[in-house]
Amino acid sequence: MSVLLNVENLTKYFPIKRGVIFQKEIGMVRAVDGISFFINKGESFGLVGESGCGKTTGARSILRLTEPTGGVVNFKGENILTYDRRRMRKLRREMQIIFQDPFASLNPRMTVGNIVGEPFLIHGVGDDKGRKRRVEELLDLVGLNPEHAKRYPHQFSGGQRQRIGIARALTLNPKLIICDEPVSALDVSVQAQIINLLVDLQKEFGLTYLFIAHDLSVIRHFCDRVAVMYLGKIVELAGNEDLYSQPQHPYTQSLLSAVPLPDPKKEKKRKRIILKGDVPCPINPPSGCRFHARCPIAQDICSKVEPELREVKKGQWAACHFAKPNPIPVG
Amino acid sequence: MFRYIAKRLLQVVPVVIGVTLIIFLLMFILPGDPARMLVQKGASPEVLQVIREKYGLNQPWYVQYGKYMWNLLHGDFGTSIRFKRPVLDIIKDYYPNSIRLALVALIIEAVAGIASGIISAVKRHSFLDVLVTISTTILVAMPVFWFAMLLQVSFGLKWDILPISGMGDGSWRYYVLPAIALASVNTAFTARIMRSSMLEVIDCNYIWVARAKGLSERKIILKHALKNALIPVITILGLDLGTLIGSAILTETVFSWPGIGRVIYLAILQRDVPVVMGCTLILVFIFILLNLIVDVSYTYLDPRIRLGDRRAV
Repeated sequence: MSVLLNVENLTKYFPIKRGVIFQKEIGMVRAVDGISFFINKGESFGLVGESGCGKTTGARSILRLTEPTGGVVNFKGENILTYDRRRMRKLRREMQIIFQDPFASLNPRMTVGNIVGEPFLIHGVGDDKGRKRRVEELLDLVGLNPEHAKRYPHQFSGGQRQRIGIARALTLNPKLIICDEPVSALDVSVQAQIINLLVDLQKEFGLTYLFIAHDLSVIRHFCDRVAVMYLGKIVELAGNEDLYSQPQHPYTQSLLSAVPLPDPKKEKKRKRIILKGDVPCPINPPSGCRFHARCPIAQDICSKVEPELREVKKGQWAACHFAKPNPIPVG
Repeated sequence: MFRYIAKRLLQVVPVVIGVTLIIFLLMFILPGDPARMLVQKGASPEVLQVIREKYGLNQPWYVQYGKYMWNLLHGDFGTSIRFKRPVLDIIKDYYPNSIRLALVALIIEAVAGIASGIISAVKRHSFLDVLVTISTTILVAMPVFWFAMLLQVSFGLKWDILPISGMGDGSWRYYVLPAIALASVNTAFTARIMRSSMLEVIDCNYIWVARAKGLSERKIILKHALKNALIPVITILGLDLGTLIGSAILTETVFSWPGIGRVIYLAILQRDVPVVMGCTLILVFIFILLNLIVDVSYTYLDPRIRLGDRRAV
């Protein structure tokens, strides 16, 4: 398998400024603080974490929708952070994004046909007739009635809108699709439909997904490999099977212990790992290991030395001094 | 749609009854006797009596009101007590001047307000944004008549490039200063509303989507963002046209503009009830019409809005 996307040490800092006319920088929000991972062609790579841990910022930085502060983003072997505006716009055909909120991500003043077909116009593909036919094909592909191309987004339900969003992302046959919490805003029954649609599309077109979510059970169903983020950093990265059966990092373990079990008897018996306090502020992250203040197994060294993301088992990396497998019953 | 418009137009009837009643009562309650305004000081009571009878001023207010409304139904706006001319003639003479001035002011307001609003939203927290914020604050805070005088002193007297009073031959040069003065406060408000509306839209996901599609930043702003951000601004602009016509008294006074604001103002001072009534009624009609146009235009601006049709909602 060849690597499609390789992210190295990606950072995104947001400066905090004070003053009206003479602005002074008084700090930095370290939204994404040096994350590295790679995604193989045709793979689904999951990125999980609490809200505010930098998942979305990371995704936007990879697409250069927000300019990253530092790092390398290799797409098909080329560092796209060095691309100028024109090359970048051309490249956009190959990387697309699906957003969380299907209500806010469709322009309310454009018909569905125009929303889905606009990328053709931007990149000068095809003629009017061809475009129209292609839009209808796309709508059909994602399970919508092609005759609905003349309707406006508000005339559709949440799940239908997300299908429109997916059709829109597929317009120019992209290689990589970043799904930024594509199902978190939907009902559970609709979630399953959308996930299945994404799986079908992957099979049909050989798509590669970067799938962002805060719901571990969705990720488990969908992804080949998973990275867990905490406060702008990746704390654990492993294959799907390993992560769910042998979580190494105490944060991953606590996340898994919070997934409700369908069997009420098991649910009653199992012990949850409840973390103390809230996620610290990313402006002034804790010294040493960022997780040490909330960690149930923290020792002195954790507040002083920051643990590297090291390979604790073949294909499984964890950023913890005391990483050890601790099976948590799931599902 | 047509049913909706017809329904809205029918609403004019109660509004007109309400407005005329209020104005009539207010003019009646006001101290001062219209008859006395017509004669010299120290006129004999007999003369006053004759005048009152001639204009029907000695009758109770509801009889006067009833007569006025009856005439109004027949298209008769009455005759000015002061000028001895039909009110309709006065309206025909002065309203076009006010409407022209208001339209020019509206264009200034729309162009300057929307442009500076977009700039300060797109370049948020930049020097330009701060500049727009400060200057709009100053414009809102400055009394209009004082701002008008500043314009007169600088452009008219000091540099002598633009006329400072009247309409002259009606060339565009006479419009510049009064229109700028009239538009000043509203422009500032428009800029502020445009800015906040734009900021709201710019953060929406569909703007990110447009960026991800590979659209250029200029097209994103003009095509995707502006169309959505303009909706609240259109409302403001539509209603502002009415305000610009009706409340131009200060500007018209400072620039000696022969407009309707000054006519109404003088008519109130002289208790010239038919003139006040007639001019205000026209203003009410303009307002109602503008309101209707704004509401109808929504359906074109925002496909989510369908007027009076409950099925589609």
